[in-house]
Amino acid sequence: MAGTMADELPNTHVATKAADGDAVAAGRPLLRIESVVKTFGTFRAVDGVSLDIKAGEFFALLGPSGCGKTTLLRMLAGFEAPDEGRILLGDKDIAQALPHERPINMMFQNYALFPHLSVRDNIAFGLKRAGMARVDIATRVSEMVALVKLEGLEKRKPDQLSGGQRQRVALARALARRPQLLLLDEPLAALDKKLRESTQGELMELQRRLGMTFIVVTHDQEEAMTMADRIGVMKSGKLAQVASPRELYEAPRSRWIAEFVGDVNLFDGESKLRDGHRLVIGTRDAGALVVAEPREPIGAGKLAVAIRPEKVKLSRRGPVSEAGHETAINRLDGVIADICYLGGTTTYKVKLDTGGTLQASVANSARLDVDAYSLNQHVVAWFTPDDCMVLQS
Amino acid sequence: MSARRIFARPARFAAIAPYVWMVLFFLVPFAFVLKISLSQTAIAQPPYEPVFDLAAGWGALKAAFAALSVDNFRLIGSDDIYVFAYVRSLTVASAATALLLLIGYPIAYGMARLPKNWQAVAMVLVIVPFWTSFLIRIYAWINILQHDGLLNQILLALHLVGQPVVWLSTDTAMYIGIVYSYLPFMILPLYATLAKMEPALEEAASDLGAPPWQVFWLVTFPLSLPGVGAGVLLCFIPIVGEFVIPDLLAGSNSLMIGQTLWLEFFTNKDWPVASAAAIVLLVVLLLPLLLYERLQKRQLEQGR
Repeated sequence: MAGTMADELPNTHVATKAADGDAVAAGRPLLRIESVVKTFGTFRAVDGVSLDIKAGEFFALLGPSGCGKTTLLRMLAGFEAPDEGRILLGDKDIAQALPHERPINMMFQNYALFPHLSVRDNIAFGLKRAGMARVDIATRVSEMVALVKLEGLEKRKPDQLSGGQRQRVALARALARRPQLLLLDEPLAALDKKLRESTQGELMELQRRLGMTFIVVTHDQEEAMTMADRIGVMKSGKLAQVASPRELYEAPRSRWIAEFVGDVNLFDGESKLRDGHRLVIGTRDAGALVVAEPREPIGAGKLAVAIRPEKVKLSRRGPVSEAGHETAINRLDGVIADICYLGGTTTYKVKLDTGGTLQASVANSARLDVDAYSLNQHVVAWFTPDDCMVLQS
Repeated sequence: MSARRIFARPARFAAIAPYVWMVLFFLVPFAFVLKISLSQTAIAQPPYEPVFDLAAGWGALKAAFAALSVDNFRLIGSDDIYVFAYVRSLTVASAATALLLLIGYPIAYGMARLPKNWQAVAMVLVIVPFWTSFLIRIYAWINILQHDGLLNQILLALHLVGQPVVWLSTDTAMYIGIVYSYLPFMILPLYATLAKMEPALEEAASDLGAPPWQVFWLVTFPLSLPGVGAGVLLCFIPIVGEFVIPDLLAGSNSLMIGQTLWLEFFTNKDWPVASAAAIVLLVVLLLPLLLYERLQKRQLEQGR
């Protein structure tokens, strides 16, 4: 969404903005969620979540369906009231405030555009409720229409728009009141893949330009990784990990997170042996694996060694020069059992001589596949100790 | 297109079936009534003349046609009894429909907001009274409303009134009966539109700063207008022609058009005038129907 809107937007928060300024001045987060609990009957949908969101942050709540991420978002919007805990926006506890009293707006999953109102009236709806002057409303609406590139469609009704256009109207309507916090519930789920990818970029650019705080709920880990500054992974009503996309991917805190975010090879280990800064973990399916000592100390008990497929290198003879000086290397012999060509990469499934299977993702850096491996070919798979993650099972 | 081809294609036949039905059971009877309305009353069997007798030959048929006249319609237009009956029917139907909407809307709204399995229960509760004969239910109301009936007993017991109130044979009783009988016809179409409305729309309105009453007036109510229209028509039209309820519950000093029709047919044995009155009623009822059609069409065109 190109344009110069962000710089020109006068800072006329419809909602109270004192809290915002104070919080930033004191270095406090814009939004603080404190041990929030929400139960439906006996089901604890959100089970003691605490989280700080900084002003200007693009935060993603990621998790499988039923993990409580949508319930948490609905509590921020005011559609559900938490049973326990506080939700602080600036200094104010808004946990029990009604939706129309909050300086927070939401973009709904299926957009929830008012079918009886035109694009213009949909966008103006929130402004009219705020008692804005008619002239200002007209100006703001045309700003918003320009911002999301819907010029010329102002008089259309929602059912005369394409999916992508509806998504833009929903975004413009949610942004029109200049909320302190914008909540986006699966904002791209209804779009097809190509449109989704371009809209991801537009959302990020818009968020940066407006300097607004976004919280997006998604079940799509790629979407969360692409857009968010930080990601909170939720599982069974709890925050399993809050981290940057890179940290989440390269240093997941649990086996479940490692499997949920991206593809991963997992080998359950039974024993542990220290060797300087290295650990040797005996696994059932891949023999003894040498791994770097994790930053956080690992307790006793069952462990799993995790290696991302793209960290695994394949060769016909064994580790080659670039890591040739590496002494403690993990080298596994096997046979190609399955080949999955994906365009940019090819995923090989290697049946290891030790019994397990290992996935290796290899970039197709050359157009002609003279170097590609074929089925049943014998290969050596190898990876360094630093590429391994040790996870508590 | 030959008949064989029509019947050879089930889909085509299905498309034609409603028209066949309409012609057989609406247009043909309507033609009979229209013809009777143009006849004159006679002491005969049937009690009017002329009678079309196809066996009597072309000349007799032509004479019969010539004998038709619009005198009955002139009579209806000039006699206050009929005009008053029409006015009263329309007034009663309007007031009762307004009451039905006021009472039915909150009930339908409440039903639509119930948990899914409770909605089915509420639906059954609305429909169950239909399983009892309509007449029995009206007689039950006579029982409740009579001098020493349930209602007066309760009012007396609660010391809300000093002596029994006269309910029966009043307009109040008639309105109670009409509203009671027609409530399901108002609730069901309203419920149908409200139940299929996306709940996120109301949430979006309140998220955008609308307090509850604005959410209702700006989003819920406008979006339920098709249901309101259907409910109003389903109630208004039959109430205008209602005969049983006013006859049993209201006083006899002012009649609705249904009662007037009954009197003409069965007491006065004046079939032609009764038929004319029925035709006028039909025309009067067509007006709101056409208006509703026009409105819906305009809404559709606006959406384009």
